[in-house]
Formats: sequence, C-alpha cells, structure tokens
Amino acid sequence: MPLIQDTSEFFDETGNMAKFTGHFFSHGLRPKFEVKELLAQCYTIGYKSFPLIGLTGFIMGLVLTMQLRPSLVSYGVQSELPVMVGVAIVREIGPVITALIFAGKIGSSIGAELGSMKVTEQIDAMEVSGTNPYKYLVATRVLATTLMLPLLTILGDAISLFGAYIGVNISSVTTIHLFFAQVFQSLSFSDILPAITKTFFFGFAVGIIGCYKGFNSSKGTQGVGVSANSAVVLSSVLIFIIDLLAVQFTNLLGLN
Amino acid sequence: MTTAMNTELKPEDNIAKGAPVIVIEHLFKRFGKNVVLRDFNLTVHGEENVVVLGKSGAGKSVLIKCIIGLLKPDSGKILVFGENVPGMNPDELDKVRTKIGFLFQANALYDSMTVRENLEFPLRRHWIDLSQKQVDQMVSEALENVGLKNTGDMMPSELSGGMLKRIALARTLILKPEVILYDEPTTGLDPVTSREIDRLILTLQKKYHTSSIVISHDMNCVKNIADRVILLLDGVCYADGTYEELEQSGDEKIKQFFEQ
Repeated sequence: MPLIQDTSEFFDETGNMAKFTGHFFSHGLRPKFEVKELLAQCYTIGYKSFPLIGLTGFIMGLVLTMQLRPSLVSYGVQSELPVMVGVAIVREIGPVITALIFAGKIGSSIGAELGSMKVTEQIDAMEVSGTNPYKYLVATRVLATTLMLPLLTILGDAISLFGAYIGVNISSVTTIHLFFAQVFQSLSFSDILPAITKTFFFGFAVGIIGCYKGFNSSKGTQGVGVSANSAVVLSSVLIFIIDLLAVQFTNLLGLN
Repeated sequence: MTTAMNTELKPEDNIAKGAPVIVIEHLFKRFGKNVVLRDFNLTVHGEENVVVLGKSGAGKSVLIKCIIGLLKPDSGKILVFGENVPGMNPDELDKVRTKIGFLFQANALYDSMTVRENLEFPLRRHWIDLSQKQVDQMVSEALENVGLKNTGDMMPSELSGGMLKRIALARTLILKPEVILYDEPTTGLDPVTSREIDRLILTLQKKYHTSSIVISHDMNCVKNIADRVILLLDGVCYADGTYEELEQSGDEKIKQFFEQ
C-alpha cells in the first residue's frame, strides 16, 4: 500500500538523517580540524550572504512599519510604533526571516554543490586523496552555517531597525536617537538572548540538511536538482518547528 | 589460460618485478539481493598491467573500489602490499592510498579548483610538511609528464575531454603510486585521443615501474595495454590469460567480447 510505503520511507529518511547528524557529533568534531576550509566556508556562507540578508532585512523593517502604522493610528498609539516594531523584529521576524532567506540561499547551494560532487565522484576522489570528506565538506559547512547565521541575524536585525526608522519618518518626524532609545528601552535581555540562541539551531539545521541531501544525492542532474530543492524545503520546515519548540521552551523558562 | 594464484604477501616484502602486489581472495560483495562479486580471486604482480573485461554492471568498478577501500566487501581478503585493506582503520587506509593511484571514469577533478590546486590537493593532504617550492616542482613535473605544462592556472571547465583525462592522470601519478587503478580510461574519448592516452599510460608505467588494473571496454586499449586480461562474469573470474589467448578462445562467452 502506498501509505505504508510512504510512512516507511519517512521513517527511513528520518533515521538516516539522525544517523548523519550523530556522525557529525561523533566524528566531525574530532581533531584534526579543517580550519582553513572552515574559514573559507565562513567567508562564503557569511560574508557573501550579507548583501541579500541586509537588503531583505531593510525592506522587511520598512514595510512592517508602514503596514502597522494605520492600525496604531486608529487607536491613537502611533508613538508606540518603534516599540512594537523593535520587539517584533528582534524577537521573531528578524531571526525567522533571516533564517528562511539563509536556507534558500545556502541550503540549496550546499545541497547542489555536494550533490554534484557526489555524482561526479569528486567526494570519492577526495577520500582517495587522504581526506575525510565528512570532516572536510560536512563538518566545515555545518559549523560555518551554525556560526554565521547568528551573526547575520544580528546584522539583519540592525538593518531592519534602520529600515523601520525610515518607515516611521515617511509619515512623521522622529530623530534616530529617539527612535533607537525607544526600541532599546522596550527590549530586555530575555528578548534578545532566546532570539539569538535559536538562530544557532536554525543555522545547524540548514547546514546539516543541505549536507545530508547533497551527500545522499541520487545519480544524474535530476538527482542534484532534487537534492537542492529538498534541502531548502526541509530546512525551511525545520526552522518553523525549531521556532515553535524554542517559543515553548522560553515560555517554560518564564522568559516571555 | 590459467587461474589466478593466491599468494600471501608480508608487509616487509620487497616489491620486485613479478612479485605479487595485489592478492584478492574469496571476495564477496552484494548490494541488497544483487550479488556482484562471488568468490572472486585475482593476483596482480609487480609491473604488470591487468585489464578487467566484463559487461556493464558486472562489478568491475565495484572491484577496484573495494581494492582502494571506497567500498567494503562483505567477505574475503584484499591484500595490497601484504596488508588487508578491508581490515584497515582510516589512518592505515590513508597510508596505503599513497601507494595506490585511482583514475576515475569521469576524471573527478574538483571543478571549484584550478588545475594546479587539483594537483596540489593530494600532495597537501598526504604530505602536509612539503615546502611550496617542492610542491611547485612536483606539480610542474606531473603536468610535464602528461604534456600539459601550461594549464596550471586553468579551470577544469576550460579543458577538453582528452586534456581532462590527462590532468586526472597527472593527479593520480603525482604521489608516485606503485599501483594504479584505471576505471575506463578511454571512455568518451575519440579514437586518436584514446590511443594517446594508451601510449601515455604505457610510457608512465615504464617510467615509474607501476602495476595496474585497468577496466576497459575499448578493445584497442585492451590490446595495447594488457599484459594479462581477465574476464569478470557472474561475479567470478571467468577467464584469465593474455589478449591473444582469450582472443583465440572457442568459448562463446569469451568470444563475444572480441567480436568487433
């Protein structure tokens, strides 16, 4: 029956992914470390993603402010606009939107790159050349995505808040000092820490799924395309699931 | 025609011309229900070129991937210089791989690296204490060996099929391996380039005194290169002899490979 087969495939895939993740912790984090490759990946994954994250962050802050303004004006609380936008961006929208853009750009690129290396036997060639492909390709990419996404989120949040400042000034006049003073007054440690902490998990999910899909790519160009596509879809879904769990966890800790 | 002799090697053996360098005993490998190799036996001697013939999907590539440790056999021994490859840990495998070159069917050059970086890669990984001057010298020598000394700064995507094969061969030879495994070295090349690759393989073999296992469907390549031909059929070594011996065989299963 197709349902039984689909269920069996789902559990097979989940099991294999868990095994792949377990391998990262048991083998990928052992010396000797591929420091040079890790730095190269941090540059590619972090620095080269920054323009896209910055642009989307700026537009997000600007649009969010412009959309919220009419509702707040109708209640006569438009002066609270910086507070509302600031909390929304820092706590939820900034980390999640940045992670989704990151998954689209980096998840697909890792899936396609490793998938293409797999089908053209470059991964086997690497192993023959005395290199552990898991350490060289997987561990470095997963570490780079885990470390770079929080940094990109912080920068994206800052640019997004600047976009929000422009948005506020389209319809009224507020100084940048006043705008940011209001934003930071409304934010506390318990807003920023959980929001940034969860981006480490988002980054890890994007990296490990991109690598898993690439490493298990089936033969041919179609296989590479499927790897890239499923890496983005799966990591995007996982970002929402991790977000849901993170909110529940911070609620339990009383940080909300 | 003869059957392969199974002779064990000790690690300290001095590998001389004619001494066994690869000994495969009772090798079994299956993928699910598909048994690819069943009780396969083969011995390759020093400075000998053994060509493996067989139908597509017969397990030829699986065989050489088991020899270099990319695939783990289900059972059996693969002794390379007297040491059993399936029983090796990753460090031991890395060590033995410095003595075995592998030319991939699709070349497997790293397309994000230049030709020079491709050649430097195995050197840097296996011998990280080499100076830049030594690395440059070895890369130049490898490129000169394959007649492409001015391609160092080019990307693989800028090279033709024949040039890619030569660069892949240069990368295989840069560590001066004692055994080379060729996976269909002339597939996809025109007849003229194929013969050039054949000549290159023979020239480099004479220069570096290597032994090799060559997988090929190109009968001209088999005729030019082979000291011995074995036929892999139904997972076993069905026939073993010189090209002429097999060509004159009356066995229908052997004859079909030599009918042009």
